[in-house]
Amino acid sequence: MKAKHQRLVLVILALVAIVAAGLIATWTLRNQANYFYLPEQMAAEPPAVGQAVRLGGMVQAGSITPQPDGITVKFVVTGNEASTVPVRYSGILPDLFVEGSGVVADGSLDADGVFQATNLLAKHDENYVPRELEGLEAHQPSDYADTTIGID
Amino acid sequence: MIAELGLAALWLATALAVLQIVSGVLGLRAGEKGAALAIYARPAAVVQAFLAVLAFFLLLWAFAITDLSIKLVATNSHSMKPMLYKLTGTWGNHEGSMLLWVAVLALSGGLLAGLERRLPHKTMSATLAVQGFVALGFYAFLLLSSNPFERLPIPAVEGTGLNPLLQDIGLAIHPPTLYVGYVGLSVAFSLAMGALIAKQVTPDFAKVMRPWVLFAWVFLTLGITAGSYWAYYELGWGGWWFWDPVENSSLMPWLAATALLHSVSVLAARDALRTWTIMLGVLAFSMSMLGTFLVRSGVLTSVHAFAVDPERGSFILLLLGLYIGGALAIFAVRAGSITEGKRFSVTSRESALVFNNVMLSAILAIVLLGTLYPLLTEAFDVRVSVGPPYFNPAGAIFAIPMFIVMGVGPLLRWKQDKPARIQFELSLIAAVAIAVVSVVAILGDYSILAVLGLALSVALGIAAFLPLRGRKIGRVPLATWGMIMAHFGVAVSLFGMASESAFTEERLAAVTPGSTEQLGDWNIELMGVDPVAGPNWTAVEARLAVSRGDEEPTIINPQARNFWAPAQATSESALVTRWDGQLYAVIGEQSEDGRWQLRVWWKPFVTFIWYGGLLISLGGVLSIVGRVRLDLKRRSAVRKGKARRDDKAALSGAPQPEPAE
Repeated sequence: MKAKHQRLVLVILALVAIVAAGLIATWTLRNQANYFYLPEQMAAEPPAVGQAVRLGGMVQAGSITPQPDGITVKFVVTGNEASTVPVRYSGILPDLFVEGSGVVADGSLDADGVFQATNLLAKHDENYVPRELEGLEAHQPSDYADTTIGID
Repeated sequence: MIAELGLAALWLATALAVLQIVSGVLGLRAGEKGAALAIYARPAAVVQAFLAVLAFFLLLWAFAITDLSIKLVATNSHSMKPMLYKLTGTWGNHEGSMLLWVAVLALSGGLLAGLERRLPHKTMSATLAVQGFVALGFYAFLLLSSNPFERLPIPAVEGTGLNPLLQDIGLAIHPPTLYVGYVGLSVAFSLAMGALIAKQVTPDFAKVMRPWVLFAWVFLTLGITAGSYWAYYELGWGGWWFWDPVENSSLMPWLAATALLHSVSVLAARDALRTWTIMLGVLAFSMSMLGTFLVRSGVLTSVHAFAVDPERGSFILLLLGLYIGGALAIFAVRAGSITEGKRFSVTSRESALVFNNVMLSAILAIVLLGTLYPLLTEAFDVRVSVGPPYFNPAGAIFAIPMFIVMGVGPLLRWKQDKPARIQFELSLIAAVAIAVVSVVAILGDYSILAVLGLALSVALGIAAFLPLRGRKIGRVPLATWGMIMAHFGVAVSLFGMASESAFTEERLAAVTPGSTEQLGDWNIELMGVDPVAGPNWTAVEARLAVSRGDEEPTIINPQARNFWAPAQATSESALVTRWDGQLYAVIGEQSEDGRWQLRVWWKPFVTFIWYGGLLISLGGVLSIVGRVRLDLKRRSAVRKGKARRDDKAALSGAPQPEPAE
């Protein structure tokens, strides 16, 4: 094999691998498109029971109810429309997890239609909003911007 | 005065960058008119380095004395902050970190210009011109759209503070190390372009480029390792890698640099893979530019933040397009003139390296697409989350063959080899891997990736030392020890990851003070919860007495902190480190009946992830030291030989024959 041919073979192999990576990525990413749900989407077309998905919305005011075991909470997530999804979460609540603010929950729907969250993402500070919740009403960074307290 | 001096230094450095470009370009046509100007490229780069570093130290000083007349200090610092965090706050914001970027860029350009004497004049001129061009773009970015020295019309009374999540020693180490890595790749890029323009893609050029790539790669490795550990203990979720876009943007240059590092070794040793090395040089720097763009433009937090300050994002995007587009254009024009390197057969070390290069590029493509995909769909108003369910399996498809070849590759000979020669090593690696898989399968039901990871890591750990077989230990070159160390580090790290994902135990409970919880063989007693206060925060602090088996209890204090400038809450985890793992404790809220939420993990061998990272970096350092020492030795031998010949010539009066290379 001449050097020129060898180079050609190498280039083709590299291209094949990169294209394969691209195809695998696209194929997996298209499945991922079903990964994130808003409450109205979850009400309209619920994911299969047990399928790992992500739910994002607002924590409904007055809905956070701690359970007797001390580590579980139940709350309701609402979206822009009236639809709601009940959520159950066992674990330490994220910093600044409050009613009326945005939340993203990782987990899956169980047979009773309750969303079992394994992980909650809430905002970290007054300027950070989980990116999935951008644009939802009542959760603009500016609402929190004046909470900075100076020291005299 | 400080601010004005800093600004003046930056403008002067910009002017010198222009001089460097002009002088470098003129140096390309030596012998013609204007060659007189060509000698200024090196001094311009050195003085520029001095000025840019000076500007950075001036800003550091402004932060140290909290000069509130400077806008950047007023918006990011606070007079009550501890001194250490005042200083680290210098690069905890956009402008300051860009200044650090530029200072490191100029410094490495200066070092290259001042120290490198091996390259042919033409290549050096082209390299310095490209380096000046890259620097010029970033000076323009800094001066036109993110001036760190901007004054406030009226000095602020008090600063507005620094994000408390970032008030941590992790911040002091993590971003600067990553920047050094990013910027070191810019030198590799300039060298690659220089060699391409001067049509001198030779093993000598690869030997010059190799220490720079190694250097950048060591810092990237350290930066990623530190960043991962920082996220692990600071975020309080117990995870060590989140496939967060910011993390990915540091991983992508690392993947490209790893590929480049191996391909440049092939070029240096065997004069093969010429164009591939140049291509990877361009790719690696593109990835560090892209990383800077993703992190610095605000496009990641949201497209809307991008819209708030479109100028900066577009500016970096413009630079990215200019450099990468330009580089690819030159590549397209010149690649044809680079002749093919030496040939090699399918079973040879070159082949193994090429295979892993391709696998690394494929993983890079997977990470890149996964990182950019949500940004693309967001443009069409579809919100998508891309997380571990995508990255782990898609990455593993390419990572697993890569790890297998990584174990075998170093055992093969250059150019051509017979698989039969390394039969013993091959069967040993395979036997170990199969044994581990069967043991783990008997132990319990674990995910397939974790089991494969454990098996591969043990096999790789042994395979890393196999190249020593049949060699005199004392005579193995330092650079080879570097390779062994780095490959062993990969195995150690992989073992930590697989073990953490397979064997982690977790306990979540609401507990009253005085009660004891069990986790594996650990006893965890909540002794009490107290309020505590720090310089700019208040917290509730739990006192936990933890003991393993019958040993003396250790007291640890996880906290839930509330900062007040700016207002924010964080969890401070508490860790107990043993040789075989870490106990990780977080305290939560108090429930209405007075019990406290407590979450504890036992993570076997989790620390190996970061020990592995350190070993990999150490391997890189050994390799640099080995190569540089060899080079210095050769230089002094050449000098001595020349002196001796001169003496002889002076004595005999007749010219002596030149030595062969």
